[in-house]
Amino acid sequence: MYRYDQFDERFVRERVAQFRAQVKRRLDGSLSDDEFKPLRLMNGLYLQLHAYMLRIAVPYGTLASRQLRQLAVIADRYDRGYGHFTTRQNMQFNWIKLRDVPDIHSLLADVEMHCIQTSGNCIRNVTADHFAGVAADELEDPRPTAELIRQWSSLHPEFSFLPRKFKIAVTGAEHDRAAVKLHDIGLRILRHPDTHEIGYEVIVGGGLGRTPYVGKVVREFLPRRDLLAYLEAIVRVYNADGRRDNKFKARIKILVHEIGTEEFRRRVEEEFAQLDGPTINADPEEVARIAAYFAPPAYEKLPAKSNAYETHRATNPAFATWADANVFPHRVPGYAALTISLKAIGEAPGDITSGQMRLVADLAEKYSFDELRVTHLQNVVLAHVRQADLFAVWQKLCEADLATPNVGLVTDIIACPGLDYCALATARSIPIAQELSKRFADQERQKDIGPLGIKISGCINACGHHHIGNIGILGLEKNGVENYQITLGGDATENAAIGGHLGPGIDAKDVPDAIERLVDVYLAQREKGEVFIDTVRRIGVAPFKEAFVAKAPVKSKERENAVA
Amino acid sequence: MPLLDRKGLKQNPFVRADVVDETAGPNVIVPWANVQDALAAKGKDQQIGVDLPNNVPYGEVLALADKLALVTIDFPAFTDGRAFTLARRLRNNGFQGVLRARGNLIADQFAYAFACGFDEVEPSEAVFARQPEEQWLAAARRITHTYQRNYGDVGNIMDQRRAARLAKEQADGK
Amino acid sequence: MAQPKRVPLPAILLANDLLDGDVVFSTGDSWSRNPAEALIAYDDATADRLEAHAKAAFAAQIVVDAYLVDVSIDAAGVPTPRHFRERFKSLGPSHRPDLGKQAQYGNAHPR
Repeated sequence: MYRYDQFDERFVRERVAQFRAQVKRRLDGSLSDDEFKPLRLMNGLYLQLHAYMLRIAVPYGTLASRQLRQLAVIADRYDRGYGHFTTRQNMQFNWIKLRDVPDIHSLLADVEMHCIQTSGNCIRNVTADHFAGVAADELEDPRPTAELIRQWSSLHPEFSFLPRKFKIAVTGAEHDRAAVKLHDIGLRILRHPDTHEIGYEVIVGGGLGRTPYVGKVVREFLPRRDLLAYLEAIVRVYNADGRRDNKFKARIKILVHEIGTEEFRRRVEEEFAQLDGPTINADPEEVARIAAYFAPPAYEKLPAKSNAYETHRATNPAFATWADANVFPHRVPGYAALTISLKAIGEAPGDITSGQMRLVADLAEKYSFDELRVTHLQNVVLAHVRQADLFAVWQKLCEADLATPNVGLVTDIIACPGLDYCALATARSIPIAQELSKRFADQERQKDIGPLGIKISGCINACGHHHIGNIGILGLEKNGVENYQITLGGDATENAAIGGHLGPGIDAKDVPDAIERLVDVYLAQREKGEVFIDTVRRIGVAPFKEAFVAKAPVKSKERENAVA
Repeated sequence: MPLLDRKGLKQNPFVRADVVDETAGPNVIVPWANVQDALAAKGKDQQIGVDLPNNVPYGEVLALADKLALVTIDFPAFTDGRAFTLARRLRNNGFQGVLRARGNLIADQFAYAFACGFDEVEPSEAVFARQPEEQWLAAARRITHTYQRNYGDVGNIMDQRRAARLAKEQADGK
Repeated sequence: MAQPKRVPLPAILLANDLLDGDVVFSTGDSWSRNPAEALIAYDDATADRLEAHAKAAFAAQIVVDAYLVDVSIDAAGVPTPRHFRERFKSLGPSHRPDLGKQAQYGNAHPR
C-alpha cells in the first residue's frame, strides 16, 4: 500500500499543527463558532448527540496492521474502547473530546493517517473496490487512481468551499463493488475498444440523500493522463454553477438534473478545453511511482486447490458454512479473500472493539501480507490469505465473535449510527438492525434466502444507503414516534437502481414482520437459483406491496377503541 | 477597510464611488452594475476598479479586462467559494490586472486566495477585528507546500518529486 | 418582529460543552452533566434566565448549541424531555446501556 514520502509526511504534520492552532483561535474568540465549524469538519470532527465524533480517513479502505493497532490505542485512550466502520470505508469514534483532537491527529500522523476532509463541503475520502488487486474480473487496481485523486484533492485551494460535499469512487473491475454510479463522480477504469489504452469512463451526478439519482456518463473515455485536468473541469463547473440557495439542492446531482446531462457535459468540455493538461496532470512517472505501491505482494506459487482447506471444509460443517458465505475467490491460485463480518447477530452493524481491532491487525499481519480493507458494507476484508490458512484464521475469528457466516446474506445489514448517536437523525437505525438480525438469525434459513442486502438509514440524508438496498428502511418521525418507510428493489452494483416505496411508514415493532412478509413473497415466487433482487426485477413490486400492506397494524383509532 | 497582500497590511489607494466624475479621485472602484458608464466617463489618468459579485460570467469581465486597473470579487460568506473559481478563470484566460478578494473571507483562506490568483485581500472590518494582520500571515505560512501543480506554488509536491526524479536520473546517468 | 414560538413550559436548557462535547444542562448559573440537576423553567422569566445564561456561556467559549427543551416532571421532580430525540440526548445510546448518562446517573431508555 501507499507509503508517505517526506512531502506527504510534512504535509500531514503541518495540517495537525494547523488544526491545533485553529482550536486555540476558537477558544480565544479569534474564530467565531460559525467560522470554526467548517474548519473542524474538514478535520473530521462532528458534534453529535452525546459527544464529538471523529471520522478518520481510511483512503480507499486500505489499512496496514500497525494503523489498525493505532486506532485501537485511540479507541482505548480517547474513546470507549470501540469504533465504527462507515459506508464510505472510514472509521468513526463517537466519544471524542475537542481538547484531545489535536493529540489524536498527531497519533494518526505517526502511522500515516489523518482526518483530512472526511467532512465539510469539499472532496471527501475517495472510495474503491474492497477486492482491489485480487478479483478475477479486475482490469486494473483502482487504488493508484484513488491515491492520486486523494493527493490532488487534499487542501485544494479552489475546491475547499464547494456548495456541498463531494464524493468520488473508483472501480477497475467488471462488477462494480464501489457503487460508482451513486457518487458525485464515479470512475470506471476501462480499455479503449480501438486503441486499447487504459482510461476512464466518467460518471457524474449520482447520489442518495433526499433526492437519489443514478449518475450519468459524461465522458465515455478519458485518457489516463488527463484525469486531474478533467476532474478540475468538473469540480470547477460545480463550484461556479452548483446551487447555494438551498442546502438540500446543492449537490452536483441536482445541477446535472436541472440543466440536463447534455448541457452539463458541454460546460465541462468547454472548461476542459481551456485547460493546459501538461501543467495540471500528474506525469506518467508519478502515476507509476504511486502504482508501484500497489504491486501484487510476494505470492507463493500454490496449487489452485488446497487439500488442507478442502479437508477442513469436509470435516467441519461450521467452517464450511462460514467459507461459503465469507470467502471470495482470488485471482491467484491457492489464495482467497475473506470477509470478517462485523454483523454479529444482535450487535450494532460495523462496530468493532479495540480487542477485535488488535486481533484483526494480528491476523492481517500474519496471514494477509500486513494489509486489510474496510468495505462500504461495514465489514473488513483480508484480501491475500492462503486457502491453507483459512481454517486457522477462522478459528481465531471465532474466539473474538468475528466469524459470523453472513456476508451478503439477510443479516449482513448496513446501518448508519442513527438517532442513538447522530444529531441529524430522525429515528434510530441500530435497534432495527439488531431486531432483524435476531429474527433472521437461523443459519439454514439465511442460506436458503441467499443474497439479500438490507440497508437502514436513520434520516433522509441516507448515510445507510437505504435507497440502494434490495430492501431499504428509512427512519422518520410521525406524531412524535419513530416511523419506518420500506423501499424495495435498490441495487448498489453496476445494475444500479433506486428502491421504490412500498407503502405508508410503520412502527419499529412491526418492521421484522414486514420484512418477513417480503421475504416470504420472494421464497414463494422465485425461480430456481434466482436471487432476491432478480425476483423483484422479474415479478415487479406489486406482489411485494400487496404482502406489505396485507397484515398492516391495526389503525390507531381502532387500537384506541380496542383499548377503551 | 484593511487591505493585505502576502507581506501584510498595505496602503489602499482606491476609494469607492457609485459613479465616476471629477470628484471621484484618481483611483475609483465602482459597482459592476455601473462599470460601463464608469469606463465611458474615465479620465485620462484615472484608474478604474470594479466590485464584482462572485457569480458574474467571466467572459463579461474579460471583455473589459484591459480597461480595468483592479477587479475585486466578493465573498458574501466565507463558505461561498465561487470567488476562487472566478479568479482562477480570469487568470486562466489571461487577465493580468490586480485581483482583490473582498468581504467575509477568513485568515485561514489567505493562502487559497493567492493560490487562485488573487494579489490582495480586503477582509470585512468585523473579521479583521478578530483576526488581525498577524493571524493572516501566520495562517498563510501553515502549509509549506501542497500537491496541486497549477496554483502558483513553484515548490508544489508533485513538481518537487519530479525534480528529485530528474536529479536522480542525471546523477545515475553520470 | 415576532419571536419564534418558545417551546412549551416547563422546560430545561441543554447544550454541548465546547471543549469536551458532553451534553450539559443549565442549573441557572452553572452547567451540570447530570440531567436531574437541570434548572426547570416553569415560567417565562426563568426560561429567559436560562437563555441568558446560555448566551453568556456561548460568548465566553464555554458551550455551543444551547436550546430549551420541553419536559415532563416525574414524582421525584426529575425532568424528562418530552421528545424522544432530546430524551436520547439526556440518556445515551439505547442499545448500549453501559454508555452515556444512563450509565453514569441512572435512568434508562424505556423498554
